[in-house]
Amino acid sequence: MERIKAIKKISSQLTKQLVICNIGFPSRELFHVKDLSTHFYMLGSMGLASSIGLGLAMSTTRKVVVFDGDGSILMNLGSLVTIFNQNPENLILIVLDNECYGSTGSQCTYASTVDLGKVAKSIGFKTIFFFKNSEEINFKKVLKSEGPIFVHFKVKKGNANVPVIPMEPVEIRDRFMDEIKNPK
Amino acid sequence: MDSSEAIYNALKKSGIDFVVSLPCVNLGKIMEIVDSDKEIIHIPVTREEEGFGICAGAFMGGKSPAMLMQNSGLGNSVNVLASLFELYKLPVMIIVSHRGTEGEFMSAQIPMGKATPKVLDALTIPYFNPKNPDDALNIIPKTWQIAKTKGTPVAILLDIKFW
Repeated sequence: MERIKAIKKISSQLTKQLVICNIGFPSRELFHVKDLSTHFYMLGSMGLASSIGLGLAMSTTRKVVVFDGDGSILMNLGSLVTIFNQNPENLILIVLDNECYGSTGSQCTYASTVDLGKVAKSIGFKTIFFFKNSEEINFKKVLKSEGPIFVHFKVKKGNANVPVIPMEPVEIRDRFMDEIKNPK
Repeated sequence: MDSSEAIYNALKKSGIDFVVSLPCVNLGKIMEIVDSDKEIIHIPVTREEEGFGICAGAFMGGKSPAMLMQNSGLGNSVNVLASLFELYKLPVMIIVSHRGTEGEFMSAQIPMGKATPKVLDALTIPYFNPKNPDDALNIIPKTWQIAKTKGTPVAILLDIKFW
C-alpha cells in the first residue's frame, strides 16, 4: 500500500484525536488528504515526532496519534525506551515503515533487516499492531486499546505528488494550541 | 540558601510544572527534589535532543517546560533548538550545569565548556549567568517571562563555582 493511502485509511477513522505528523512528505500527504485543527505538521527536527507526541500525551487527557517513519524512529530509538517507561495510556505511535528515507530520495534504512515491531516488543510495549497491504484497516480497534500502542505499518516506497504545506510554522502552532485549549 | 534549592524554588516561582532531565553531578539534588514534587511532571530521558522534543509537546499541551542538563547536551540539541523551537517560536527554560568553567578538574569538559556560550549566541538564545543562589532566584523567573513573551528558549548557565 502507498503511504498516502495508509494515512488516508487511518485519518478517516480519527475523530477528536490530536495528531503529530512527521517532517517531509508524510506531513504533506496528510495535509493533502485532510487538514484539521487537530493536526500538527512538523517542518523540521527530524526524528522527534514520537518525542513531541510523548510530551503532548503527558500534558493532556486526549488521545495523541503520532505518524512517524522508520528513518525517523531509527534516529531516536531512545524515545521508545522513554515512552515505555512513562507508559502514557493515551499515546498511539504509528511507524509508517517504507524501509527508506522517502523524503530525501528513498535511500535505504536498516528497517529492511531490523524488525521495528520486534524492537518495540523487546523494549516492553504490550500492545503492538502490524499492518501490511491489507485493504481493510480496522483502526477503531487500535483506538479502543490502552496505550502506549505501537503500530507497525509496512508501506510501499515513494511519495505522492503533493505540494508543500502553505501554512506558516506559527500558524500551525497557534491553530493546534487553540484546538487543545478550546476543543471544537 | 542552598544552590540546588534556590534553582528549584526559582523554577516553582516561575510556574514550571514539567521538567525533563539528564543528570550531571551538579544537578543530582535538584533532580531528587523535582522528582518528589507531585505538582511537577518529571521525565528522565535518554538524550537531550529527545528531551527538547518532549518539552515542545508539553508546551503545546499547556505546560511550562524546563530542561535540566549538562552543557554537553547542548551540542546534541542544536538542530531541535533551531528547526523546532525557533521555527515555531516555542519557549523552554534550559537549566545548564556549565562544566569546563573555572575550577574544572576534568580536561575533557573544557572544549564544550568553551563552545557553550558561542553555540547559544549562534542560536540567538538569550542566556544568563547567576553567580549565587539569591541571584538565581531573582533572574530565573524574569528569564522565563522573556521566554514566554518572545516564544524562545532561554538558558541559565550555572558555572562550577555556582554550586
